[in-house]
Amino acid sequence: MIEFRSVAKRFPDGTVAVDDFSLVLPSRQTTVFVGSSGCGKTTLLRMINRMVEPSSGEVEIDGESVLGKDPVALRRSIGYVMQNSGLMPHFTVIDNVATVLRLVGVQKRAAHERARELLEVVGLDLALADRYPSQLSGGQQQRVGVARGLAADPNILLMDEPFGAVDPIVRADLQQELIRLQRDLDKTVVFVTHDIDEAFLLGDQVVILDKGARVIQVGSPSEIIDNPADEFVSAFIGVERGRRALRIKETPHGRVLVDSEGRTQGALVEDGG
Amino acid sequence: MSWVLDNVDLILQLAVVHLRQCVIAILLGSLIALPLGWVAWRYRLVRGPVIVLTGLLYTIPSLALLILMPAVLGYSAISETNLVVALTIYAVAILVRSVADGLDSVDAAVRQAATAMGYGGFRRFWTVDLPLAGPVILAGLRVAAVSTISLATVGILIGVTNLGYLFENGLQRRIVAEVLAGVLAVVVIALVIDLLLMLAGRAIMPWTRASTNATARRVRLPVRAAA
Repeated sequence: MIEFRSVAKRFPDGTVAVDDFSLVLPSRQTTVFVGSSGCGKTTLLRMINRMVEPSSGEVEIDGESVLGKDPVALRRSIGYVMQNSGLMPHFTVIDNVATVLRLVGVQKRAAHERARELLEVVGLDLALADRYPSQLSGGQQQRVGVARGLAADPNILLMDEPFGAVDPIVRADLQQELIRLQRDLDKTVVFVTHDIDEAFLLGDQVVILDKGARVIQVGSPSEIIDNPADEFVSAFIGVERGRRALRIKETPHGRVLVDSEGRTQGALVEDGG
Repeated sequence: MSWVLDNVDLILQLAVVHLRQCVIAILLGSLIALPLGWVAWRYRLVRGPVIVLTGLLYTIPSLALLILMPAVLGYSAISETNLVVALTIYAVAILVRSVADGLDSVDAAVRQAATAMGYGGFRRFWTVDLPLAGPVILAGLRVAAVSTISLATVGILIGVTNLGYLFENGLQRRIVAEVLAGVLAVVVIALVIDLLLMLAGRAIMPWTRASTNATARRVRLPVRAAA
């Protein structure tokens, strides 16, 4: 369990990235921070592994403040996946995946063996193991990034817009892959995105944020869609206009749901029917 | 041509001396430039002064440096040390900027990713920052090496013997072949060293060949007054 307690972050130039943020992120679930750019969501994420230090307040993992831990050791114990993969361009794929294992002192042979297992877990061909990142496609690079984040088998996985820079088809593929992985691995995932559809798809708990990381609404995707907190949320998730504003349309074969563009999105079935 | 054939031993002997003087200067220059370049890159406030001052070193005419440095440091003006110190100073002038530019060229996202993985500062510098700055530093090193090898010939003006001897001796005795042999020997050594550095770079940095968008080689050479 990760807990934010009245966390704030003010930068020396006076900007307030995080105003006063408190939240519990349950273990073995995916929490998604969603908001437009500059809302402080990445700052929140980076406070968990101390890449950003809060100006005030506490971040706790399982009841222990991260501020009491050695930052380097802490980061090695937490998986991190970022946009544009952040792979080391001068390491081969296998060495990239093995990075954290090597940092914590695992012998090269054992680290590579584990890295090969992980390449399979994320669905990459082992023939790519000795390539350099620049020789892979964007989607393949992201998979390597995910494998690297999982290599040391961390309990917590931080994901900072990991699929933001790949094309929509590859993104959908990677999202499904993450859902499958999460079912098998049961990590505590903290995921940052500006894409509300991605947030609803991946999140057990979705946190909608405004400037200064002000929480507008927290809840499961269903809770948020069923009961948007205010007009901002309604507009943001598109329940009034857009893809989630569905109307019932009668057809000779029963009732179907159409969106505001008139496209049929699905059929309406009765419970137990 | 016959002069060259008769004096192959002399030319080779001078070439070895020349190479030794240059290699020492380039190695010393690299050792000094690395921490200076790092300081210039790491501390924004001192960056300007460090880059400008080391760049200015390059504008000092070499003959003036060869006469002034012994007076300042107290060694003999006609010693090999004098020449090596001067060559080292010029190498530093080129390399400090290359090191700072090289470290600048490292993608900030990669640096952050390394931190997020759990690299400590020291380890990150040696295994991430420095290798990734490698292509730009190597480009600077190649310029510094070629420049040093050609510049070293001024040593003869203060009585330090190397391939420059062939210029002076050839000029005084009016043997054109000797002067040309000196020029050719300097050019060949410079090209060979440049080639070796390039090959060493490929061997040490295999990813640069694999890369489809190789790091742009950026070297800004300060202007130097004529020797």
